[in-house]
Amino acid sequence: MSRTARVEASFARAAEVKAGADGLNCIISADREQSLADAAAVQGGALAGVPVVIKDNLATLTLPTTCGSRVLAGYVSPYEATAVRRLRAAGAVVVGKSNMDEFAMGSSTENSAYGPARNPLDPTRVPGGSSGGSAAAVAAGIAPIALGSETGGSVRQPAAFCGIVGVKPTYGRVSRFGLVAYASSLDCVAPFGRTVDDAALALEVISGHDANDATCAVRDAPVLRAGAGRLDGVVIGVPREYFPPTLDAAIRQRCDAALDALRARGAAVREVSLPHTDLAIPVYYIIAPAECSSNLARFDGVRYGMRVEGDGLQAMYEATRSQGFGAEVTRRILLGTYVLSAGYYDAYYGKAQEVRALIARDFTRVFADGVHALFTPTTPTTAFALGSISDPYEMYLSDIFTVTANLAGIPAMSLPIGRVGGLPVGGQLMAPHFGEAAMFRVAYALEDELGAEAHQ
Amino acid sequence: MPVSRDDVRHIAALARLGLADDRLDALVGELNGILGHMEVLQKVESAGAAQAAESARAGMTLRPDVEGAVPLARAREDVAPKTREGFFLVPRLATHDDSAEA
Repeated sequence: MSRTARVEASFARAAEVKAGADGLNCIISADREQSLADAAAVQGGALAGVPVVIKDNLATLTLPTTCGSRVLAGYVSPYEATAVRRLRAAGAVVVGKSNMDEFAMGSSTENSAYGPARNPLDPTRVPGGSSGGSAAAVAAGIAPIALGSETGGSVRQPAAFCGIVGVKPTYGRVSRFGLVAYASSLDCVAPFGRTVDDAALALEVISGHDANDATCAVRDAPVLRAGAGRLDGVVIGVPREYFPPTLDAAIRQRCDAALDALRARGAAVREVSLPHTDLAIPVYYIIAPAECSSNLARFDGVRYGMRVEGDGLQAMYEATRSQGFGAEVTRRILLGTYVLSAGYYDAYYGKAQEVRALIARDFTRVFADGVHALFTPTTPTTAFALGSISDPYEMYLSDIFTVTANLAGIPAMSLPIGRVGGLPVGGQLMAPHFGEAAMFRVAYALEDELGAEAHQ
Repeated sequence: MPVSRDDVRHIAALARLGLADDRLDALVGELNGILGHMEVLQKVESAGAAQAAESARAGMTLRPDVEGAVPLARAREDVAPKTREGFFLVPRLATHDDSAEA
């Protein structure tokens, strides 16, 4: 198939599955003519002519970058995110920007100014979030690769809910230049793929040092496309805290089958403990809102985005921000402002930083003790129904198995390991800092060993 | 440490968020619900953990101190809500005599 024909096919598929607001609502902006022109101009590369979907918090030059927020409605960035530039330099063609929870704050893609996205496997259910639009686009067959972003599980959780592969790289592995900041000590650009190999290829292309991001590690892009092989000598740790007695029995059964598959490939499976796991959600929901309250101060109606006039400067700020931000963003800005405020900083933010270090140390100790990778469920449930979770803290708990990797800065990924009630279940792998190659070796083997079972 | 209505009003002002009264009431309950779950952290013995982790880290990557601005594909005037002669235009501070736009 020619490059333009591949892009044509992507748009045809988007129309067929109703990717817009009248259907899945996973794509919130697209320009067919521009994408076809881009495809015709592709010179070659590892992704020549491959359609890709980009989360709406990554800066693109020809499509708006709104972060799913009213406050950035219509904003078109004057520069391009490094990860997007690298995909395009490898020949990929951007076919759309994807729906997301506003400023990546959410676990269902229901907190979007553009309305909720829907899960292609069951449109009455959420695709997960916050990168739910990208996950839905890949699961619906619009593109084999998409970019999302991770702060607390925003790629792995939707990957699990949509039955695809999602990878959170090591903090610092991928440049964040052009990623709209939410919580800077946690944010990562993170790819989705239909398969482990698609995700490995995408991550290889976007990785590597970038002078425009001071937090980007000075390391070459890793070689990840190893293919499926044996796992003799590989030790897989199974942290008991991720398999509580309350875990859904059917999800546990799928995880047991995945562990059997890893054993069949020669891996040794060992139970381990990460004792501070249950503190991760409280820690995350102090640190992330604290950082968001600072990062989102820039949306004030002065330099870009929406402005709501008021009587004087302060009134303009307040009117712009209160009308520009949705309920969850407002809640997190207030929470973050509170935990950083005089008299409460040490009790909340300072304490959370201390406990975050304990969570990271749990991982360091397990990996130092001879474990090469960890295996857990990605989420405690399968995709839930739209509108079924109204309590903010209950929603936060859907990240319970994913936020730990963000707090520790380690790489982690979700891949399909079967279905329960027709809905996908994700298995999560976690590895030491910059251990993506070892993590992918396990993922390739698991995907290959499970075969069709991963989608049944 | 539950927050009061006045606390929420105060932090909203710090965060430059205008809140309607009914929203303010709802937020007191929502924030207290969330903060209640944070109390568990106070019972954890963690003194010195963050400092120990920080000292084990490699530190910030430095780069040569040279000009390296990324060229922009479109002018600030095309992105900003209001500009004049290359400057961002904002309403006057309310404390000024004439609060009309400069």
